[in-house]
Amino acid sequence: MSADPTVPPEAPEEAAETGTLAARLALKQRAGGLVVPILTALLAFVLGGVVVLATGHNPLLAYRDIFNGAGLNWIFHPTTNIASTDAYNLSQTLLQTTTLILCGLAVAFAFRCGMFNIGGQGQYLVGLYVANWLGYEFAGMRPLPHILLAVGGATLAGAAWAGIAGFLKATVGAHEVISTIMLNWIAIWGGIWLFGDGGPLQNVANKSVPISNDVAASAQLPVFWGVQGLQGLDVGFFVALAALVVFALILNRTTLGFEVRAVGFNPEAAAYGGISVKKNLIRAMAISGAFAGLAGALDMLGYLYHFGTSDIPASSVGFLGIAVALLGRNTAIGTGIGALVFGALLYGTTHGLSSNVIDPSLAGNLTYMIQGLVVLFVGADVLILYIWNARRKLRPKSKSKTHPVGASA
Amino acid sequence: MSWAPQTRQTPVGKWLRNPVATGYTGMALGVFAAFLGIPPFTSRTATWSLIVGIIAIMCGIATVTRGRKRLGLGAIATGIGGIGLGYLATRSSVDNLNIVFNASLIAQTFAFATPLVFAAIGGMFSERSGVVNIGLEGMMLMGAFWGVWGADVGGSWVVGLLVGMAIGAVLALVYAVFAIHLRADQIVGGTAVNFLALGITGYFFFQLYHGNYVSQGVSTIPNIKLPWISGLHFLGPAIGNLNLMIWVSFMLVIASYIVVFKTPIGLRIRACGEHPRAADTVGINVYAVRYGAVVLSGVLAAAGGVYLSDGFGGGTFNDNMTAGRGFIALAAMIFGNWRPAGAFAAALLFGFSSAIALRLQVYSPSASTLFNVLPYVLTLIAVAGVIGRTVAPAADGKPYRKQ
Repeated sequence: MSADPTVPPEAPEEAAETGTLAARLALKQRAGGLVVPILTALLAFVLGGVVVLATGHNPLLAYRDIFNGAGLNWIFHPTTNIASTDAYNLSQTLLQTTTLILCGLAVAFAFRCGMFNIGGQGQYLVGLYVANWLGYEFAGMRPLPHILLAVGGATLAGAAWAGIAGFLKATVGAHEVISTIMLNWIAIWGGIWLFGDGGPLQNVANKSVPISNDVAASAQLPVFWGVQGLQGLDVGFFVALAALVVFALILNRTTLGFEVRAVGFNPEAAAYGGISVKKNLIRAMAISGAFAGLAGALDMLGYLYHFGTSDIPASSVGFLGIAVALLGRNTAIGTGIGALVFGALLYGTTHGLSSNVIDPSLAGNLTYMIQGLVVLFVGADVLILYIWNARRKLRPKSKSKTHPVGASA
Repeated sequence: MSWAPQTRQTPVGKWLRNPVATGYTGMALGVFAAFLGIPPFTSRTATWSLIVGIIAIMCGIATVTRGRKRLGLGAIATGIGGIGLGYLATRSSVDNLNIVFNASLIAQTFAFATPLVFAAIGGMFSERSGVVNIGLEGMMLMGAFWGVWGADVGGSWVVGLLVGMAIGAVLALVYAVFAIHLRADQIVGGTAVNFLALGITGYFFFQLYHGNYVSQGVSTIPNIKLPWISGLHFLGPAIGNLNLMIWVSFMLVIASYIVVFKTPIGLRIRACGEHPRAADTVGINVYAVRYGAVVLSGVLAAAGGVYLSDGFGGGTFNDNMTAGRGFIALAAMIFGNWRPAGAFAAALLFGFSSAIALRLQVYSPSASTLFNVLPYVLTLIAVAGVIGRTVAPAADGKPYRKQ
């Protein structure tokens, strides 16, 4: 980011602190680099551990079990044999990571344009619905075109859903946070209506339960690690990794990305420089939504295949995307790592935990707590900067000349 | 303008020349058109709805031509909606209508609206002082759980209410430190509060109650039985036996209106939300006002939560009990244009649509969903500025830095 043309070499602290979100983020990136996110995550895990300790459980054992439950101990004895428990757990964690990468990118892209896309959940759900509908309705197509149709349709639907918020922001100035929250709930209730009792997309064979149809075999993504139909790790994982690369390329190597970042850093200056702020707000929001819609498509075609209406309000991956993106400092590499951390937490807390150490229900809520703490600390750049500066002051003066390595993607 | 020829000023003429009056009359008539088809009127033909609805639309057109475009369009939309709903009502049987629309629907509307009123008024205080609070949902959830825990452990609903409000205040204080002193992004902080509350309540619910309903016989917030009203025909079931907190919420609306618009404290709160620098210059402690307002919002949102679990819910809690009510309250505050009476009216409207949704579930799940989604759609339309643009306080969401 050192050659970033939108960031002046020494942005005055005052401007950055009262300025836009993107300006503050740029400041933080220079100030902390890798150290701050790691510090944030550590602090969140420690505070979560304090709660675990205070309620009479051993936090170290609990974290160890979550680590193992997520299959992260696979690295000590790697194997491709899915019959191994560790390998299976890891494949499940990576399945969650796939979704979280894309939901994280959905938040991160809008952030870089100075907007807070809190509507990843709604965009994800819309993607889920459209992928299910296209995956069922066009059964009999050949696999590749069918998959492309379903994935493409869901991605566009997510983009359109987020585009509403971008359009309202650009045209009438409606705050994107309010409109995306409302769109989340409209998507939730819309799904309950579509797939619920008597809804137009309810399961055709069984009208007594509110569930969707099954995605046809021709639209299901091929599994490369595990068993097809039994939540094996599908090729969607590579799509998500590719999306990380695409995200970084768009932002850092294209005119579109330059304009988006310019608007995010300072809309007035961008407008003065001949960049259409309105156009970029809509574009950035639509691209954000496309990532979330893609996440919904990959989940539906990769391993879910169908869902019940009770699953709709229970899902929260879109919200988890906020924590992922913020922990990853809205960069591609950071989002990838953040997604792995939260993917491991998400799967590791639901699975294989001994109730002697910590009950899975407790561990599941521990995930929410850590998520909340991460978001809380990430938002407080002044606190992070304070800790950072205090650390530098504590060091001997001769060492304080060494600058922190600004590691960011 | 004394030299201008004196036109005859009849009251009707005056009314016709005032676009604001015609606009609001049109909206009221539009709503009335929808009500004609349902008890206690129960018109069996759509004609009456049609007539009243057309008058509403005419009022709307009159308003548009006199320059109040948004208000007029709103009246026209209400008129069309009123005709549609009135027509739909005539299509269903009288028996069904009597089950869905009766006096206890009013009581239920209040019951659904009250948590929203508390949280929306709380959010209004916070936002009027310049701090966006999308953590209302989390503060409400904390109140819901710790309130019923307090009532269970302390043995009295009073203890529960106090404990719930205190925990809400603590959570709000944490948020306030991040939002005010640390100048964290307020949306990010509010999102964090929601996650944190979800995690903490869920964790302790399993830790303390193993995820089951809180034990039976918890002291609950009592209903107020009005002896001289509860025997009456329509009023009795409607307002004769409402929960204490419902009456408190009515008083809260009046009190908060007086505090915000008629007292020096309210003036200070609004000054901090509109122009904190100017407020600071005249000697107002912006940080102190904002801390107070945010903590108050936490207390009120938590009180709404306590009502939800220990009043409305009859002393039970379940995971993620608020289920988005904090966001509906946020929507009510925005829909009500950051004003106590507006927020109250919006909360009643949203509460009404929730109550209708609950009753329609048996007959028509899809119509029920329609009423569930109504608050969100209306708010989206409101922030889009189609019907009467909402205007937030000028410094809402902007951290203030002392000089």
